[in-house]
Amino acid sequence: MDSSDVIGLTAHRARDMLAGREVSSVELTRAVLDRIAHVENRVNAFVTISEELALQQAERADADLSRGDGGPLTGIPMVLKDNLCTRGVPTTCSSRMLEGFVPTYDATVAHRLYDRGAVLVGKGNLDEFAMGSSTENSAFKKTCNPWDPDRVPGGSSGGPAAAIAASEGIYALGSDTGGSIRQPAALCGVVGLKPTYGLVSRYGLIAFASSLDQIGPLTHDVTDAALVLNGIAGYDPKDSTSIDHDVPDYGASLTGDIKGLRVGVPKEYFIEGMDPAVEAAVREVLKVMEGLGATVEETSLPHTPYALAVYYIIAPSEASANLARYDGVKYGYSAGGVGSMWDALEKTRQEGFGPEVKRRIMLGTYALSAGYYDAYYLKAQKVRTLIRREMDEAFQRFDVLVTPTSPSVAFKLGEKMDDPIQMYLNDVFTQPANIAGVPGISLPCGMAQGLPIGLQIMAGHLREPTLLRAAHAYEQATEWHTLQPELK
Amino acid sequence: MKLSADEVRHIALLARLGTTDNDVETMRDQLSNILNHFDVLQRVDTEGVEPTGHSVDLESVMREDRIGPSQPAEDTLANAPRREGDYVRVRAVLE
Repeated sequence: MDSSDVIGLTAHRARDMLAGREVSSVELTRAVLDRIAHVENRVNAFVTISEELALQQAERADADLSRGDGGPLTGIPMVLKDNLCTRGVPTTCSSRMLEGFVPTYDATVAHRLYDRGAVLVGKGNLDEFAMGSSTENSAFKKTCNPWDPDRVPGGSSGGPAAAIAASEGIYALGSDTGGSIRQPAALCGVVGLKPTYGLVSRYGLIAFASSLDQIGPLTHDVTDAALVLNGIAGYDPKDSTSIDHDVPDYGASLTGDIKGLRVGVPKEYFIEGMDPAVEAAVREVLKVMEGLGATVEETSLPHTPYALAVYYIIAPSEASANLARYDGVKYGYSAGGVGSMWDALEKTRQEGFGPEVKRRIMLGTYALSAGYYDAYYLKAQKVRTLIRREMDEAFQRFDVLVTPTSPSVAFKLGEKMDDPIQMYLNDVFTQPANIAGVPGISLPCGMAQGLPIGLQIMAGHLREPTLLRAAHAYEQATEWHTLQPELK
Repeated sequence: MKLSADEVRHIALLARLGTTDNDVETMRDQLSNILNHFDVLQRVDTEGVEPTGHSVDLESVMREDRIGPSQPAEDTLANAPRREGDYVRVRAVLE
């Protein structure tokens, strides 16, 4: 097996190859590491490449497989976003604040995947502390879109998404607070799933906005998304917001049959100023779904336009509290050459955080401060109730909602860096799912100017089986998920 | 509405973020612009609506108070920027 054999290789195909002894995990892992060596200078997806650990894990996986002890993820190389703690492997959040930080424990998702024989090839780049929509806020490097090196991969999970699009890993885990898995998945032409809030443990995910953050897979296809979700979902006593719920086999829901599926199309997700090619591609999706026997009906979620403001009050407020822990005392960056404790604290945070993180800490501190709390934070929480209620009602009438993932295809590097509001608008279609806590998936549904277009499907709380069934049926009726970037 | 330089400095102090005069000017513009966009929420009628803190209804989670192994001290201290023996070294709190 050589590096070109891993292009577009799915986890379910790799599992079959490993089970059939066509290839060993060490051979597969070497092929992925070779692929990284060939293309990484054009993509810049990784903050850290963990070659030594990967080969150790692959050897262990081969031993398990030869004893017949392997599971569906055993021996398969994967990528973790660099805000997921990995014992012994640096975890930076792409921030100077955590440069050189080496966790002394594993995130629950890493622990579960390791237990299932996974192989970690590296940690993916992100917008600093997962704040951003282009991965340009990384303190270390700019990740390029594998479809066009002059364009962003989306964000904040831009590194993991680009790594999968460029086949520098078989699957990845990202985190999604307002679209950070789905939007880069759309822009890079891969599948990205944000599960129901609480389905996947957040223990060991470095916190951004705790009531919105959720971990999920980035994969080549929907079958892989189900396979990886099987590996990471489920109750964890270490996360007090984790849902105690029997986890089904998500693979079993991929029947290909969506006859009678009730599809709602909220008109607020087709807005002025969006790329007409994106709208046209999503309209085409609806025809395909109708052709498969689904009933498609336009609907309205009138509070949708308020989601952006709700998100940009709640997320920075929670972030300002979560990021108060970076004080330069217990771990992380610590400014030198200063006298008092207070001076050291202010200088550490001034030098350790980048501009977007500071902007959000300031916004959040303002929204929570005396005199403004009711007007901003409390008001946003009340509108959150209305958005959530409206979603719950929609999911009584519809099995799924279908929308675009992002208003545009991948934009140019640097294009939106000077205008925070323009950057914030990238997540306008993905934030409602986080605000309401419902699952959402993005999958490829077209191309425009040589760049992928993403389709978003949302479903009610814990209805991942329906969500995945709908996504899989559409995917299998089309060819979009089979396209691979040329990486010129 | 535009935030004053003093307001920006006050928020920065609450957040313990060191700033330069240049930062303060940039933040005045950017934060004011963003906050103006948030005004759309004032148009929403939220009379009698309860706030949502979490999208999933949660009860307080309690567990039994059982004694178990703690993280080894060496692990806890492993990432400390300054340490002295088994202690994290901090700067003078009282001057």
